Amino acid sequence: MTEAERTTRLEARDLTVSYATRGGAPVLRDLGLAIPDGVMTVIVGPNACGKSTLLRTLARMHPAAGGAVYVDGRSATDYGHKELARVLGLLPQSPSAPDGITVADLVAKGRYPHQSLLRQWSRADEEAVAAAVEAADVAGLTDRPVDELSGGQRQRVWLAMALAQETPLLLLDEPTTYLDIAHQLEVLELARRLARGGRTVVTVLHELQLAFRYADHLVVMSGGRVVASGDPRGIVTADLIEEVYDLPCRVIEDPLTGTPLVLPLVGTGAGTRDGER
Amino acid sequence: MSEVLLRAGGRSVRFRRRTGVVLVLTLVAVVVLGVVGLMLGDYDISAREVLAALSGGGDDPVATYFVTELRLPRVVTAIVVGAALGISGSLFQNVTGNPLGSPDIIGFTTGAATGALVQIIVLGGDSDAVAVGAVVGGIGTAVLVHLLTRPHGLTGQRLVLVGIGVGATLAAVNTLLVVRASLVAAQTAAQWLAGSLSAVLWPRATVVTVAIAVLTLAALLLARPLQLLALGDDTARAVGVPAQRVRTAAVAVGVGLVSVATATTGPIAFVALAAPQVSRRLAGSPTPGVAGPAATGAALVLGADLIGQHLLAPTQLAVGVVTGALGGVYLIGLLALEWRRR
Repeated sequence: MTEAERTTRLEARDLTVSYATRGGAPVLRDLGLAIPDGVMTVIVGPNACGKSTLLRTLARMHPAAGGAVYVDGRSATDYGHKELARVLGLLPQSPSAPDGITVADLVAKGRYPHQSLLRQWSRADEEAVAAAVEAADVAGLTDRPVDELSGGQRQRVWLAMALAQETPLLLLDEPTTYLDIAHQLEVLELARRLARGGRTVVTVLHELQLAFRYADHLVVMSGGRVVASGDPRGIVTADLIEEVYDLPCRVIEDPLTGTPLVLPLVGTGAGTRDGER
Repeated sequence: MSEVLLRAGGRSVRFRRRTGVVLVLTLVAVVVLGVVGLMLGDYDISAREVLAALSGGGDDPVATYFVTELRLPRVVTAIVVGAALGISGSLFQNVTGNPLGSPDIIGFTTGAATGALVQIIVLGGDSDAVAVGAVVGGIGTAVLVHLLTRPHGLTGQRLVLVGIGVGATLAAVNTLLVVRASLVAAQTAAQWLAGSLSAVLWPRATVVTVAIAVLTLAALLLARPLQLLALGDDTARAVGVPAQRVRTAAVAVGVGLVSVATATTGPIAFVALAAPQVSRRLAGSPTPGVAGPAATGAALVLGADLIGQHLLAPTQLAVGVVTGALGGVYLIGLLALEWRRR
C-alpha cells in the first residue's frame, strides 16, 4: 500500500500546542500528521521533542493553541467526553492504581464510556472484558490485587483496561518504560497483534531498535516538528539520526528483520566523524 | 463470582457482594438504632407501641405524640444529617485521594460555623437565620477556596492544603467572634458549636430531608466518574471522564451537604471523616462510595445521639460532643495505621 492509498481516521492539522508554564513558547508548531489506519505507528525523537505532547494532544489531553485534531474527519473538540472515549483510547505514561483494586475491577473500568448509571454492566461489557484479559494474557490474574503484580504484568493489565474500552484507535504513551527487554518485547508483540487485528495503534517509544523493528509507520520528531515519516526501512539513515539526536552513528540492516539498526559511534574509540566538529 | 449483577430490560446495576451485604447490615443497624431512639426517653415506650404509633394505630395518645411529634423528627434528622456527612466525607476523600481529606479537616465545617457565629453573635438572628448563616458560610468558604486554587486548577493535594489554611484562618475568626461576644451570645454560640439534635422538630426536619435528598441524587450521579479519578486524571480522562469538571462538581455537592447538615445541628465532628473509611474498610473496597458511607454516617450519628442522651442521663450530652470524643480515638488509630504503611 502506498502512502497515498492509506486511509486515516486520526489526523492533526496545523497543530500548535504550548504550555503556559514554559512562557508560552510552543512545544508543537504547525504540525501536520495523518495516522494510517490499521497499522502500528511509532513516534520517536529526542527528549523534549514534543512526542508525548503530540500523543496527548491527539487524545485531547492538551488543548491545541492552534489547528486541531480530527477524528473521522470531525474536530476532536466537537466530541462528547464518552463519545470520544469510545473511538480513541490512551494508555498514559506510568498510570497508578488505588491500593487493593483487583485486576478484574481495573480492567472493567475500561468499559466506562460504554456504560451509564442505569446500564452499569451489559453482556457486551462482560464479553469485552473477557476478550481484553485474554488478549493481554492476564486472564489468570483477574482476582489478584494490581499492586502485588510485577511491572510487566501490571503494564499488561493496564493494556487490558485500554483494550476493554474497545476503541478502534489506541494510543500508548511510552508503554515500555521501566520494563526489562523481555517485557518490553512482550508489550510490543501485543501492540503488533492488535494492529494486525485491525486496530490503529500509535505508540511513543524511546528505544530506537525496537521502534524500527515494530513500526509499520515511523514518525520522527525533532524540536516540535515532524522531520520524517514513513516505513522505517525507507526513511532511517545515519544522517537523519545524527540530525535529530546529534549522535554520530552508522545504520545497518538488522540481520534478523531487515529493519534499520543504529550503531552509535560514541564509545567505540572511533570518536566523531572527521571534519564534523 | 464476587460481583452481584441485577439486570432488567436494558438496565443493569452491578456491585460487589460484600459491599451489598455490609450495606444491608448497616441499614439494619440504622433501623434498630432508630427504633431504640424512638423507645427511650423520659417516657419509655415499648417497641410494639412505637410501631403502632408509626403505623397510625397507637392506643396511647401520649406515646403517639412522643413518638411522632418529638422523637421521630429527631431520629429522621439524625439519619439524614449522618448520611449527608458520610456522603460529603466520601466525596471529599475521593476528590483528594486522601482518607484525611474530609470537610472537617479542610475547613468547610469551620466555614459553616463562621457563618452561623456571625448570625448568633453579630446579627443576633434566630435559629432559622443561624441555619441560613451556616449554609452561606459553607458556600462562601467554597468560593474562597475555589478562587485561591483557580489559577493552577483544582487538584486533590491543592484542595487539602488551601482548605487547611483557610480552615485555620476561619477557626481563628470563630474564636475571635466568641471571645468578643456578650455572655449570652457566647453561651448560645457554645451550645450551637457543640452540635445538637435536641431542638429539631418536623418543620426543620422536613426542609433538611428534602435538601439532602436532592444533593444525594447529585452525589449518586458523580459516584461512578469519581471512582475513576482514583486511577489518576489521565486514565480517567482517557475513558471519558471530564476530571476537572467532576472534581469541581463533587466539591460543590460535598460543600452543599456538609453546609446543610451543619446548618441543621451545628458541627457534628468526625462523622464525615470516619464514616467513609469505616464503610470502605468493612466493604473491603479500594475507594468509598455513596450508599455505604451514607448508611454508616446515619448509624454513627444515631448511635452517638443515643449515647449522648442516655449515657449520663439525666444529663444530656450534645451529639457533637460524643462524636468528637469517639472521633478523636478513631483519628489517632487512622493516623497510626497510615503511618505504619509508609
